[in-house]
Amino acid sequence: MKCMRKILLSTISMVAVASNAAAKDELNALVWCDHTDPALIEPFETEHNVKVNLREYEGTGAALALLEQSRPGDWDVLVIDGIDVFRAVEAGILAPLAVDELPTADFFPEVVMAENNSVDGVTYAVTEKFGYNTVSYNSSKVDQSDMEDLSTIWSDKYNGRISIYDYYLPVMGLAAIAEGIPTAKIGSSDLDQIGDVLSIMRSNAASVAGVVAAQTALATGEVDIVVGGGEWLTAVLAGERPELTWTIPKEGAVRWAQSIGVVEGSKNSDLAMKFINYIVSPEGQARLATSSCFWGMPANAKAGDILTDDQKAVLRWNQQPDYLALTQLYPAPDADLDAEMQDLWLETLQQ
Amino acid sequence: MNHAKQRIMGWGFVAPALLWTMAFFVLPFVVMGAMSLATMKGRTLIWDLSLANYLELAEKAYLWRAIVVSLEITLTVTLVSIILAYPLAWIIAFRVPKHWQRLALLLSILPFWTSYVVRSYAWLLVLAREGMVNNTLISLGLIGDPITIANTRFATVTGFVHFFVMLLTLTIYANLVQLSPNYRRAAMDLGANALQTFRHVILPLTLPGVVTGAFLTFVLCIGDYVTPQILGGNTELTVPQVIMVQLGRRADFPLASALAIVLMGIVSLAYIASARWLKLDRL
Repeated sequence: MKCMRKILLSTISMVAVASNAAAKDELNALVWCDHTDPALIEPFETEHNVKVNLREYEGTGAALALLEQSRPGDWDVLVIDGIDVFRAVEAGILAPLAVDELPTADFFPEVVMAENNSVDGVTYAVTEKFGYNTVSYNSSKVDQSDMEDLSTIWSDKYNGRISIYDYYLPVMGLAAIAEGIPTAKIGSSDLDQIGDVLSIMRSNAASVAGVVAAQTALATGEVDIVVGGGEWLTAVLAGERPELTWTIPKEGAVRWAQSIGVVEGSKNSDLAMKFINYIVSPEGQARLATSSCFWGMPANAKAGDILTDDQKAVLRWNQQPDYLALTQLYPAPDADLDAEMQDLWLETLQQ
Repeated sequence: MNHAKQRIMGWGFVAPALLWTMAFFVLPFVVMGAMSLATMKGRTLIWDLSLANYLELAEKAYLWRAIVVSLEITLTVTLVSIILAYPLAWIIAFRVPKHWQRLALLLSILPFWTSYVVRSYAWLLVLAREGMVNNTLISLGLIGDPITIANTRFATVTGFVHFFVMLLTLTIYANLVQLSPNYRRAAMDLGANALQTFRHVILPLTLPGVVTGAFLTFVLCIGDYVTPQILGGNTELTVPQVIMVQLGRRADFPLASALAIVLMGIVSLAYIASARWLKLDRL
């Protein structure tokens, strides 16, 4: 009898939980891995009594293909590379954003990037996080003054001790900066010059690695330098391995930025807007900046009131004015130039 | 039951498998084939039914090189795996007492139980400059400074061989235990020594097991993305890696499909070459 009662009570509670779950609104977001940190998502879910379903992706092409194959309303929120917002707009994937409802006035002015986040005067996304593709290194293994000069970093001196971040746009951006070519001005005629730099990099590199592999290589001593690295690579290791650090060389480096917007046809556009509002709020920004997947600078400067001093030190909060002045947004090629750049990258890897 | 009823029942039994194959193999294959004949103009997909992507394979050296690299790695892995798996299967089948054979087999496939990705990263740590292999070689005085093993083709082959030796051991063992001991006895009676018995009797009779395992190794290895990506360090690119690059940012599905069709062509050639000995029913 007692057993029967237990089963009955369990069943009732399970049904109650299930019906409660069913009653919850759900938000479907296509995101980068930093959004999957429960410390970021759970406060929003609790506050709004909703379930946020997250799907990670890598590569704008893959995300756009997924969205184009989905039914309208399947997705509510998209996190996208800041330089690719226009591609999503061209594909009819992003809906106009009520940017006046968002605290963009509190953003670092350099990363508002209205020209990237809007098309024909209509805003479709806002910047939520940024950082640098520069150089990460093991300060106990390399001469720190060498890290201030791009050409020394990938010179013979560090043959076999460098890894190159496996994404052609920022790495080619760095090569262009080393050659004095502004990243925004890269054209087909510059590719031979950039290709020469890539060949030198490649010949001295032990590996060309993605995020996890580059972190592993640096942490295990397989390499001492990651070209294209930055705070996003070493900040999560700062507590345990303070010798793994990053800098921006005197020539400058490349800046990355990620944007967030509402997907066209979202059935939960109000909730999606609330989510974006949360993400760009000081609290959301502080959590996103220190996500367990990778750290990066929050777009909203007021997140500085929430972040601890230690966190800000790792993010180099106080150096941001200098860093922002010294860096350029990474290349945003049109389709044809993009294809040429990718070909050059693959040719270099296969050398 | 009359003949017509039997036929209907036969189709009824076969229908689910046929539908499954149609839906998840034939249809996707046709779509992929059609996609390989489309092209990208800028970022727009054009259904112009051209062979441009296949011509690109011939024109772009890095694409052609990816096919060569894939074949070189796959053939090396297959050969090394056979060389290691055969003696292992032999020892389990003929040297390990019957009641321990099951345990021996279980131990030999134990690495299958861990995640493929985790296993690849584990190899990366073992082969690193400050990893177990280098530290052992240094402590034995065999080398003075660490040597580069991780992020090389050797590392990729090592990761693959670790996985495929298990697979080949199973297929060869299954073949060996089916052999009657009378074959060996008869060969010995006729004056053959151990080596001759193996070469002229045992090896030909176990060839189906070897070829079946080798074919599976070839198919799984040539299409694998994870191991070369993690262990090879992108020091050279295989076809699956190039396919992923085409899809990641530019979403060039036509070229990626053409590469996939080429990969399938290579696998089909491997099947034709090994069909004579292929006994998939022995798995």
